[in-house]
Amino acid sequence: MWNYSDKVKEHFFSPRNAGVLDGANAVGEVGSITCGDALKLMLNVNPATEVIEDARFQTFGCGSAIASSSALTEMIIGKTLDEALKLTNRDIAAYLGGLPPEKMHCSVMGAEALRAAIASYKGEAWDDDHEEGELICKCFGIDAAMIERAVTVNGLTTLEEVTHYTKAGGSCQTCHEKIEDVLEAVLARTGALKPAAAKPAAGMVGLDAIKPLQAKEPAAPPKLTNVQRMQAIMGAIEAMRPQIQRDGGDVELVDIDGKDIYVRLTGACSGCSQSAGTMMGVQMKLVEALGEFVRVKPASLLAAGG
Amino acid sequence: MTGIYLDNNATTRVDPEVLAEMLPLFTEQFGNPSSMHGFGAAVGGRIEWARQQVQALLGAAHDSEIVFTSGGTESDNTAILSALEAYPKKRSIVTSVVEHPAILALCEHLEKKRGYTVHRIGVDGRGNLDMDAYRAALSDDVAIVSLMWANNETGTIFPIETLARMAKDVGALFHTDAVQAVGKIPMRLADSAVDMLSLSGHKLHAPKGIGALYVKRGLRFRPMLRGGHQERSRRAGTENAPGIVGLGAAAHLALLHMADEHTRVRALRDRLERAILDAVPNCFVTGNPESRLPNTCNIAFEYIEGEAILLLLNEHGIAASSGSACTSGSLEPSHVMRAMGVPYTAAHGATRFSLSRENTEAEIDRVIAVVPGIIARLRALSPYWAGAGAVPASFSPVYA
Repeated sequence: MWNYSDKVKEHFFSPRNAGVLDGANAVGEVGSITCGDALKLMLNVNPATEVIEDARFQTFGCGSAIASSSALTEMIIGKTLDEALKLTNRDIAAYLGGLPPEKMHCSVMGAEALRAAIASYKGEAWDDDHEEGELICKCFGIDAAMIERAVTVNGLTTLEEVTHYTKAGGSCQTCHEKIEDVLEAVLARTGALKPAAAKPAAGMVGLDAIKPLQAKEPAAPPKLTNVQRMQAIMGAIEAMRPQIQRDGGDVELVDIDGKDIYVRLTGACSGCSQSAGTMMGVQMKLVEALGEFVRVKPASLLAAGG
Repeated sequence: MTGIYLDNNATTRVDPEVLAEMLPLFTEQFGNPSSMHGFGAAVGGRIEWARQQVQALLGAAHDSEIVFTSGGTESDNTAILSALEAYPKKRSIVTSVVEHPAILALCEHLEKKRGYTVHRIGVDGRGNLDMDAYRAALSDDVAIVSLMWANNETGTIFPIETLARMAKDVGALFHTDAVQAVGKIPMRLADSAVDMLSLSGHKLHAPKGIGALYVKRGLRFRPMLRGGHQERSRRAGTENAPGIVGLGAAAHLALLHMADEHTRVRALRDRLERAILDAVPNCFVTGNPESRLPNTCNIAFEYIEGEAILLLLNEHGIAASSGSACTSGSLEPSHVMRAMGVPYTAAHGATRFSLSRENTEAEIDRVIAVVPGIIARLRALSPYWAGAGAVPASFSPVYA
């Protein structure tokens, strides 16, 4: 049983500001069903004053994920966007009277959702982060930029801590070396092993203050032309078909729309209880083949215009 | 701590009758059974009585086939390591993807550090073993096959006798981790092809820290713990006499209650399951309902997360368990749910209710009354939930 603080329990059992916010003009969606927590943060920002007048959340996740979301809304209502951006995941955890180390990623998710929501309000494409930072953890879709932020804000020094805070490396473990590279680079830059708390707080302007690494040694994979990219996607799907066909099913590529890849599962796969798992598998293979983050969606969503 | 305890596959309450049998072993019959005096002899007699009770529960041919250990993990490790040492030329192990970590972690170690080939047989969507893959993995290079009798998460039962005979056909030893099955499924090992079987006391109302390994007479065996001559030199170390007597008493009671397990407990489980499936939309039973332990019910609730379910159940004094990532401290949903291909949308919300003979109808009624409200409450918070039967809400977060 987790040792949750009273404050965490209070916010889990009686969450504040839960539900859909009608007419929200800033929405941040982070997390994933794969790793077991996801958060949709909805804000109502006054365009004249940039004050967050209302905030609501919907969260799929454990007790501390729900509590972190609830706490976040309490903390930001009434603040200006600039004030809100100064919040870090550490502030959320502190507000809750602390979180177990394995659960710190819940507070990180809250801080990331806030960033995403404010970016959406300002019309900045949050997705672009994936192009700035190299995708490190393919299982959970965590890029270098997010790991750098978590390391810097929280003064992390070990691989295990990075996994606790971001989930990166918590599944297949193949990215452990890359995480250690990111960790070393950040530590080298920040003077190493100094917890963030020891640094003057004034200089820290929220998570955004952390700029991506100057020299990006592990260069991002060479940019593919659209034709090369399409061929890579088709090739990866073709390579997966024999295995899926062995189970009596099949998969076919329907459309490519930027980062959204639409596929159709047929044969035994259609309507099979495992089809979501199959889609997830296809997505992981494609991410691997392309070296960039893509989302695999059923073709039915395409027909529905979604 | 009072409440409604539906987590009996994790551990059970020690039966008061079991405790009563054990207590004299601490302060009265405290001798060392190896000693040449009356104090020792009294304890030795109690241990042999306990051995016969376990023999009876397993339907074993001889009481000397029962070796007492510290529990399921030690029994599992002993069985596999013994087979490998006894047949050093054979370099392969066959097991399944849904085994307990006591098997999986050991096999991974043997694979990585000692160069063994490990065949991990997959399962289908209901947790049934892939028989074709199993057949294909069997060869004369296989030292031991280790397959669980019943799965701890779903209760799904493997066809152990068929599997054991297939292993014998290629000259491999057959071990089964029967920790969840013993006491819930009638067994007759005397007529079985099973060579070794692990069981654990605390799953059948005996205390923690005691278990046994069944070793068929005549089997080539190599001990894991070497030292004194206890347990016919198959498991050195002064006997955990109170634990052994507790396990004996628990085995005796399990045999007496076997019929109850298959009638009353099964009926309670079925009623709980039916009521939840009827009252809660978008949930389903995982595992194979046709071949399942009578006490276990694992329901996957879509679009919500298991730890949150457990915390709310706990508020009502109800103890259950989850295959969700968050409860285990790992970051992925249970390996059993993933092996069955349960979608992530549901695997995180898989919730296990495991009953015992101590549960009552009133308790089950109480659980039936509160579960639908808990599920609805969490779904109201979930960004994926769009209403019963509806396509999940269009929600595609970043980093997903």
